[in-house]
Amino acid sequence: MTEEIIIAGFGGQGVLSMGKILAYSGIMQDQEVSWMPSYGPEMRGGTANVTVILSDDRISSPILTHFDTAIILNQQSMDKFEKSVKPGGLLIYDPNGITRHPERKDINIYKVEASKEAAAMGFRKIFNMIVLGGYLKVKPLVKMENVIKGLKKSLPERYHHLIPDNEKAITRGMEIVEAVHTV
Amino acid sequence: MGKELRLMKGNEAFAEAVIRAGADGYFGYPITPQSEVMEYLMAEKPHERTGMVVLQAESEVASINMLYGGAACGKKVLTSSSSPGISLMQEGISYLAGSELPCLIMDAMRGGPGLGTIQPGQADYFQLTKGGGHGDYNLIVIAPSSVQEMYDYVEISFDLAFKYRNPVVVLTDGAIGQMMEKVYIGDQKPRLTEEEIREKYPWATLGKTPDRERNIITSLDLDPYRQERHNLHLQKKFKEIEENEVRYEELNCEDADFIIVAYGTSARISQKAMDIGREKGLKIGIFRPITLWPFPKKEIRALSEKVKGILTVEMSAGQMVEDVRLHASEKIPVEHYGRMGGVIPTPNEIVEVIENLFVKG
Repeated sequence: MTEEIIIAGFGGQGVLSMGKILAYSGIMQDQEVSWMPSYGPEMRGGTANVTVILSDDRISSPILTHFDTAIILNQQSMDKFEKSVKPGGLLIYDPNGITRHPERKDINIYKVEASKEAAAMGFRKIFNMIVLGGYLKVKPLVKMENVIKGLKKSLPERYHHLIPDNEKAITRGMEIVEAVHTV
Repeated sequence: MGKELRLMKGNEAFAEAVIRAGADGYFGYPITPQSEVMEYLMAEKPHERTGMVVLQAESEVASINMLYGGAACGKKVLTSSSSPGISLMQEGISYLAGSELPCLIMDAMRGGPGLGTIQPGQADYFQLTKGGGHGDYNLIVIAPSSVQEMYDYVEISFDLAFKYRNPVVVLTDGAIGQMMEKVYIGDQKPRLTEEEIREKYPWATLGKTPDRERNIITSLDLDPYRQERHNLHLQKKFKEIEENEVRYEELNCEDADFIIVAYGTSARISQKAMDIGREKGLKIGIFRPITLWPFPKKEIRALSEKVKGILTVEMSAGQMVEDVRLHASEKIPVEHYGRMGGVIPTPNEIVEVIENLFVKG
């Protein structure tokens, strides 16, 4: 199994840390992982993205042009990455702020209203974990227990008291993710 | 392989390896895409862990000269920088090589020339394998292609530096520095005590003792015959390194019709191209030089005698390709494919180039 994922959105949405938690979760179940961020001028304000690969085999290129899954969190990223999902692949997005919804007919499209839900839960910082939950519902590649272990590894200890909130957010994401178009 | 498993950036793995290798001092000046090295070292406070010094110098020129001072005392010292910073260090690097001082220099290459871009590049190959500074000298140049290798090659590089009394360069690029992968961390090695340094490195200038003459470390000798003798001694050492320290990795070369020669990030991308190509029935193999100097000459020669074509993939206008052409059989085509200025070649582009050059052509 190899899963090649791009997560793309604004800086501050937790794009890079979502990727990191996913990578750590992969390690917890003995997979090979790579995490390749955009570190260029875009990191200094504006869009941010990260390529994460989970695999049972040695990972070749950490830099990719086509992905099994694209997790898209703003319009610029939709414009840039909708076309880079492999046919039959998966696109998950948060419709908040999206003006042009995905149009492809050859991929699976799901939406997760994470911004809205995070606001409703009164804790905006867990936005990215709601998105992650949505993704893991559609593609249960890593077990919840490994995600929690991954969270523990990637969060400094002073934030460990927030892990139950993160878990709640992931579960909520799993509940609210909705199919828009499937192939 | 160590037991402790972590998810780390290449730059961080390098920095942790430096502490664990028992280094005595890091001297550097921040520059993207390797600033995490000093940032990590500062946060880790190695002076509390092992007594290692971490110092931000006022410039790259100052850092390389601090290395000269530390290395002359037999200390394990290093610096890290990115392309423009390495250019600034060239005078000091020539002096270190001339004075036979061991040290470790890491270069996380970015696209150039000039200030260029902060995105990855591989255009410092000429600068580091062919000189860069003045005079007849060589640097041992090692090119890791994974975060684990960024960790593992630190200790190996220090060992080589002291074995041959010569600077060693870990030549990497922005992509490997910035990406995170699994790393197995090894045990902490103790720093050498002054007594141990005196015993292991009798040349070190730690102060004269009654039982020996004064140690003098210099690259200056105004007597041309003595200077020539020194040069001949250096050349003999470089020859010995060329004979004993070549490292490389081969992937699927046994049955290959076409070989991609690539190092660092380009080698990783080329592996994906190999997989795509093999699915299409193109028998592609990868030859990855790990030491760029000494260059795996004999191995390139031997491979070139059994394949139909060689393509080098580099993030440059074609630098390593010159060494491949020099040693490959003249009966087969040796071509180059590169992207520059921070643009990274894609696996599909590479497959297309192989098809166009060697299959359709």
